[in-house]
Amino acid sequence: MKVEDQQATVAGLPAEPEKATLEGKNKILGFWFFMAAETTLFATMFGMYLALRGSTMGGPTPQELFQLPLVATSTLVLLTSSLTSVLGIMGMHENDANKMLKWFAITILLGAIFLGLEVYEFIEYAHEGHTITSSAFGSSFYLLLGTHGSHVLFGVLWILGLIIQGRQQGITVHNAPKFYVASLYWHFIDLVWIFIFTVVYLMGMIH
Amino acid sequence: MATLIILIVFIMFLGAIFTGGYNKKYLQRMQDNWLWEWITTVDHKRIGILYMLGGGFFFAVGGLEALLMRLQLMFPDNQLVVGDIYNQLLSMHGTTMIFLVSMPVLLGLMNFAVPLQIGARDVAFPFVNSLGVWLFLFGGLLVNLSWLFGGAPDAGWTSYATLSLNEFSPGPGVNYYVLGLQIAGLGTLMSGINFLVTIINMRAPGMTYLRMPLFTWTTFVTSALILFAFPPLTAGLFMLMFDRLFDTHFFTLAGGGNLTLWQHIFWIFGHPEVYIIVLPAFGIFSEVISTFSKKRLFGYNSMVFATVLIGFLAFMVWVHHMFTVGLGPIANTVFAIATMAIAVPTGIKVFNWLFTMWGGRIRFTTAMLFASGFIVVFVMGGVTGVQLAVVPADLQFHDTYFVVAHFHYVMIGGTILGFFAGLYYWWPKMFGTLLNEKLGKAHFWLFFLGQHLTFFPQHFLGLMGMPRRVYTYMSGRNLELLNLLSTIGALLMTAGILVFLYNLVQTLRMGKEAGPDPWNGRTLEWALPSPAPHYNFAQTPRVRGLDPWWLDKYEGDGKLQAAEPLGPIHMPSPAYLPFVMSLGFFVSGFGFVFHSWRVGALGLLVVFACMYIRSFEEDPGYHIEPEELKGVES
Repeated sequence: MKVEDQQATVAGLPAEPEKATLEGKNKILGFWFFMAAETTLFATMFGMYLALRGSTMGGPTPQELFQLPLVATSTLVLLTSSLTSVLGIMGMHENDANKMLKWFAITILLGAIFLGLEVYEFIEYAHEGHTITSSAFGSSFYLLLGTHGSHVLFGVLWILGLIIQGRQQGITVHNAPKFYVASLYWHFIDLVWIFIFTVVYLMGMIH
Repeated sequence: MATLIILIVFIMFLGAIFTGGYNKKYLQRMQDNWLWEWITTVDHKRIGILYMLGGGFFFAVGGLEALLMRLQLMFPDNQLVVGDIYNQLLSMHGTTMIFLVSMPVLLGLMNFAVPLQIGARDVAFPFVNSLGVWLFLFGGLLVNLSWLFGGAPDAGWTSYATLSLNEFSPGPGVNYYVLGLQIAGLGTLMSGINFLVTIINMRAPGMTYLRMPLFTWTTFVTSALILFAFPPLTAGLFMLMFDRLFDTHFFTLAGGGNLTLWQHIFWIFGHPEVYIIVLPAFGIFSEVISTFSKKRLFGYNSMVFATVLIGFLAFMVWVHHMFTVGLGPIANTVFAIATMAIAVPTGIKVFNWLFTMWGGRIRFTTAMLFASGFIVVFVMGGVTGVQLAVVPADLQFHDTYFVVAHFHYVMIGGTILGFFAGLYYWWPKMFGTLLNEKLGKAHFWLFFLGQHLTFFPQHFLGLMGMPRRVYTYMSGRNLELLNLLSTIGALLMTAGILVFLYNLVQTLRMGKEAGPDPWNGRTLEWALPSPAPHYNFAQTPRVRGLDPWWLDKYEGDGKLQAAEPLGPIHMPSPAYLPFVMSLGFFVSGFGFVFHSWRVGALGLLVVFACMYIRSFEEDPGYHIEPEELKGVES
């Protein structure tokens, strides 16, 4: 670790600053395990949704509710934000703090737009009588999407905090793993959204 | 909300009274207090001790609950604790013993021993480790406060819907269960991730995977089980919480919910949980049996293989808790066969322990007594386990005392005997003294005979049709004698625990000095002075094989080989945030129990504020210079 510290200060940043220290390596490995746990959490919730989505109790059915153009827009926005977070990490690897921070800022901006669209969508549904207490379908729909949405919100706030740190300190071996892990997180919630788009929306249109 | 502010002021007031009034030095004095040192500790050895203290306290609570139930069942038509109170006792006994005793005491030993065994100075995430222990303590506290405020959970430790929904469990009881377990479960998940990363990234040079001590291996597999078993529980508890607090319809039939869903989710967590609390015990027994037989562990590779296989199969058998639900003959058959398959790796382990003892120079210390007693008890529990896996038989056994007898045989035989073996074994490394062996043996025999007397008759009670979770039985059904014997057994176990507590007090007051290596140990921790210094190893050791300390003692120069020259040691700084964060969760949980959204939100706000502070905090840690290292023996 001491050698790596010296490298960091004497010869500038190493090529992959996020993996330069043992702390950084631990953080990244630990985060992969955390995402494994999150995967299990979402898998359970998908199972729940599949078990309960038929119980609309006379309320609106998925086919009647879902507006694919709106959801497709949300999907596009979120997928683009995944791309911008990759560009941010490329900025980190080029040791270009400004580039990194700019792309991460765009990432959370897109995340915020996604959240706005989702809130708008939920309000529309509520007007049509589809709420968390209306039926088991409603409960499972909002729990699954709400859990995902709160993950997006958490990610936005988290990366916002990181951007503030990045503006103060630039890229260091200390904060590089944080950015790297945050981008992993962002890809993860994107991946979950792809499954939501498929299982909830697309499969909801055919059944 | 007002209550909360009054409470905070009251606690600060108490702090002032005990330390001498408010003044400028109030904060400073608080920080110099020994309690503050323990609250902010990030040392894995201290955290391990905190886990065991917490687990020990809840063990006393859960034990008293069990004792009350046994006293009620001592005679037919007894009126000591009846009806709802009995339901609360049985729910809390199960919940406490599984979540707040078995796991924490084992996590305590894992925390204490694993970094030492792999030659590391600390775990991968000391801050998260501290967060884990405080979340467990506050979560456990929340569940147990139900006794004082509003009534305890009364829907069983499994909390099956619809029994656990508002309609049949009005009052806050199940709310406590749902919120307390979510908080404690979060802590456990963090510990699991922490151990996985620690074992993968922090091993000393030369410590390959197949040179890791078996306790480290079982900790590794257990952590993986925690990683994949706890999120489903969290999801399930989340749904139950929404059903109870926000009138959703996950499990309410009127809203189109599904009852079986809860059972599936609960047992997808619940069965791996069984292995989470028994695998670490297997590891302890492997260490103890090999040390006190003065032999290398027989069939080390097959032991590792069996551990991994058990961990894998643990996720494949959850439906055997649901044979009577009516999922159909195909599902039941598949899960019955998978369940019986687990007997194979478990059998491999039992034979390996026996062959380790075979031809060894056995010393029957207290730890070894617990380990050999375990083999007897656990094999009996395993045999009834295979019987329960037979579907037609299970239809008869289900929800009778036969099941109660079975899982107490495996859990007391595995987890509790395992914890005692581990505690007698590692106590010298924790405190530098030896637990009294004479008292230890009395403890073992009272507890061991008591547990057989308590639970052996329950097999027959179950076969005679006595249902579990029912607070009384009628006379004239041939149930009197066996129930009486069972209660006497419970009293014997209590006597054993009292002897144990006396032993602890005596040893802490005037225990015999242990020296660094009292048992002629084989693994790295025995190369360190007792108690282990807070930086663990002055020089990171170099590992040359399985049982590295044994190799260095008998095939080397008797000194631990070092992998690096003496140099400054980097240590993490103490942190108060984990405590504050857990307190935030606790306050939030308390708020939600009583439908006070404002207090609930306030607690969560504290949590998020702490996360932000932590993210912005620079934590460079500090260094111990070589001159400060006293008593460098390695």
